Amino acid sequence: MTSPSSPLPAETGASDAACSVDGRATAAEVDASCRWPLLLLFTSGVCWLVFGTVLALIAAIKLHKGDFLADTSWLTLGRIRPASMNSFLYGFASQVGMGVLLWMMCRLGHVRLFFQWPVMVAWKLWNIGVTVGVLAILLGGSTGFEWLEMPRYAAGILFAAYAMVGVCAVATFTMRRVCEVYPSQWYLLAALFWFPWIYSAANYLLVLDPVRGTMQAAVNAWFAGNFAGLWLTPLGLAGVFYFLPRLTGQSLHSRELAAFGFWTLAFFTNFSGLTGLIGGPVPRWMPAVSTAATVCLLVAVVSNGLNWYLTCRAGCTSGQSNSWKTDSIFGFVRLGALAYLVHGVVSAVMSIPQVAAVTNFTYATVARNNLLLHGFIGMVLFGCLYYIIPRLVQVKWPNEKWIRVHLLCSLVGVALLFLGLGLGGVLQGFKLARPSVPFMDVVRGTVPFVGFSTLGVLLLLAGQLAFVANLAGLLRAFLTPICQSICGECCGGVPAAKAGAKS
Amino acid sequence: MMNNGAILFFGILLTLASSFWGLLLAPQLQIGRAQPVVLEGTGEIYPSPRPGLAQQGADVYRAQGCAECHTRQVRQTGVNFDLWLADAGTNTAALAATMNRLNIADPAKLIAQAPVKLLGGLNIAQASSLAGQLTNDESKAQAVLVTLGPDIQRGWGKRATVTQDYLYDHPVQLGSLRVGPDLANYGTRAVPALLALQHLYAPQSTMPKSMMPPYRYLFSKRKLVEGEKPRAGALPANVEPGYEVTPRPEAEALLAYLMSLKADAPLAEAPVPAPPVKVAPPAPAPAP
Repeated sequence: MTSPSSPLPAETGASDAACSVDGRATAAEVDASCRWPLLLLFTSGVCWLVFGTVLALIAAIKLHKGDFLADTSWLTLGRIRPASMNSFLYGFASQVGMGVLLWMMCRLGHVRLFFQWPVMVAWKLWNIGVTVGVLAILLGGSTGFEWLEMPRYAAGILFAAYAMVGVCAVATFTMRRVCEVYPSQWYLLAALFWFPWIYSAANYLLVLDPVRGTMQAAVNAWFAGNFAGLWLTPLGLAGVFYFLPRLTGQSLHSRELAAFGFWTLAFFTNFSGLTGLIGGPVPRWMPAVSTAATVCLLVAVVSNGLNWYLTCRAGCTSGQSNSWKTDSIFGFVRLGALAYLVHGVVSAVMSIPQVAAVTNFTYATVARNNLLLHGFIGMVLFGCLYYIIPRLVQVKWPNEKWIRVHLLCSLVGVALLFLGLGLGGVLQGFKLARPSVPFMDVVRGTVPFVGFSTLGVLLLLAGQLAFVANLAGLLRAFLTPICQSICGECCGGVPAAKAGAKS
Repeated sequence: MMNNGAILFFGILLTLASSFWGLLLAPQLQIGRAQPVVLEGTGEIYPSPRPGLAQQGADVYRAQGCAECHTRQVRQTGVNFDLWLADAGTNTAALAATMNRLNIADPAKLIAQAPVKLLGGLNIAQASSLAGQLTNDESKAQAVLVTLGPDIQRGWGKRATVTQDYLYDHPVQLGSLRVGPDLANYGTRAVPALLALQHLYAPQSTMPKSMMPPYRYLFSKRKLVEGEKPRAGALPANVEPGYEVTPRPEAEALLAYLMSLKADAPLAEAPVPAPPVKVAPPAPAPAP
């Protein structure tokens, strides 16, 4: 059964207080209320992304030429790799994701963002936390746990900042003026509760009061799997569920199918994190549970994919304008959605023990992570940014062509990263499994593939710089009149400028 | 139902709670309270805490992010059994006849070489049945465990690493990428200390194809005056001609940590292959 549900759900006749039509904010009011906090979150998020990508580039160069920048302790390979990853995860993906989350909560609930100051304080705190954390990693203060490398003092700041955002977002959700809760909101609401749980539990069990022995590895894998699957993935999925119907001008194909996908994802993702421990020093049943869950997760992947496909197909056959097909924003979201689907299938295959025996400990796992982070999360978030930012500031992107350049660079970059490292990793795995191949030959064999990935990182960086240039132009166009009017007010300028400042 | 915030909320909490119980609490009850064990045979307590310098080295290992490229775990794909003749005894004629009956080639030569491996690739039933037939009043044959897997064949360990091996580690860094070799048993490889340090300082000087970046910042370098020799404990003169390169305390600690990496104790859950040795053959290897 298909039920109509548009990105902006229709009114219903229920008498729920949340359904009251009174006080519904228009889209323009929502955007205006979100303007400053979200601009701050988005710009600093993108700065962290560029920073992280530059570090990733240095790391990639070091894999070709070990001597490169080798005399500086804080630029050693084992520090810049986690620093780069943390910049991406916490500086970019989480930060921009939180901004997108707040915006969607407001837009879908038809309610203004009432918590501008708390969000701006949280923005400040979050960036202090990420800065402290990344610096600590570079200075050797890493906790040593994957994706949780930031030391406890940075984690504490991050958690406090998140708590403020989380409370604001949940409050915004409860203030919604629309009865129907749209699938994007399910994912956002879930992410809001899942993230603090996994983050605090992992920090407690690994850093504050550590569990013993390989339980640490299990908790670490549980955390990293859930950070990707229950925090970043829901943020990305919320974006896809919001923008595919919105851009194609169709209502979502099936709300029931979306609900099915949501609950299957919610249940199975939980258990799917431990596939990296296949063959490792933990009881066998633990990674086995994760294998089963990762394979079962295909159900969610397929149902979401089907839902999106049917929605887009309805858009194609509806007889309305098909201009969305060539829209860059649609391009980003579509590629992100595709990356999510491919990642789901690849993860399922790589979780089978016979396959994992080959692919674990190789670049193939790095390739899979890159597909998730740069392919799915990065693409969808950029799609969101390209859509949201001009609406926040009421200024168009100065250069449409650079958006296309960014899209193309991202596409080719992610493809090079995924295919290059994936192929190199599988070959590496097969050679590792043959003891007759000397280890040095195994490692040397990966160098050409690492080369492809370096090129991929370079392309990603080029695309990101195109975005930054575009954003700089847009912000200049937006800020210049404001600055002028502020200057005018301070220095006793012309009355027209004063009027501009107040409007 | 999907429009009701409260139901959504409880569903969201329940799903995560399920894995919180299933993947964190249940394993915690199973392996989280593991204690050191007394090893059969030697009576040693395993594992024992690292000595102080090695413990400091663990910190250096963590801070440099060594685990980004090195794993510290040995995977084992399975076991099979070899049939060994531990002791031929004196009644060699009867033994040779039995061996002939069992289609073991060249009995006389094998008997002379005892202890010697007779057959390989058997399962436990085959191996112990054959061992029983070959054991008479004086001769002694036994089934000997063989651990399998590419990691083990590469010499990275004699057995799988298990929970017990990591009891005193924090953080436990199993690693997820092998750009460098596995280090779970680095301490058993008997690498000379100076060579290991030289590998840290200039990896390609000891292993030409190595991808490892140099860790020169863990060493101090001093220019030597004409004719002066580097003092004892410094790296060999040819590493950096004209200079004396000495490890800083961090490098010494890291070395101590690496040398302490030994996951080779025979455990009930991870037996180590123990082929019989001449003179005093040990007790048969424990069955898995």
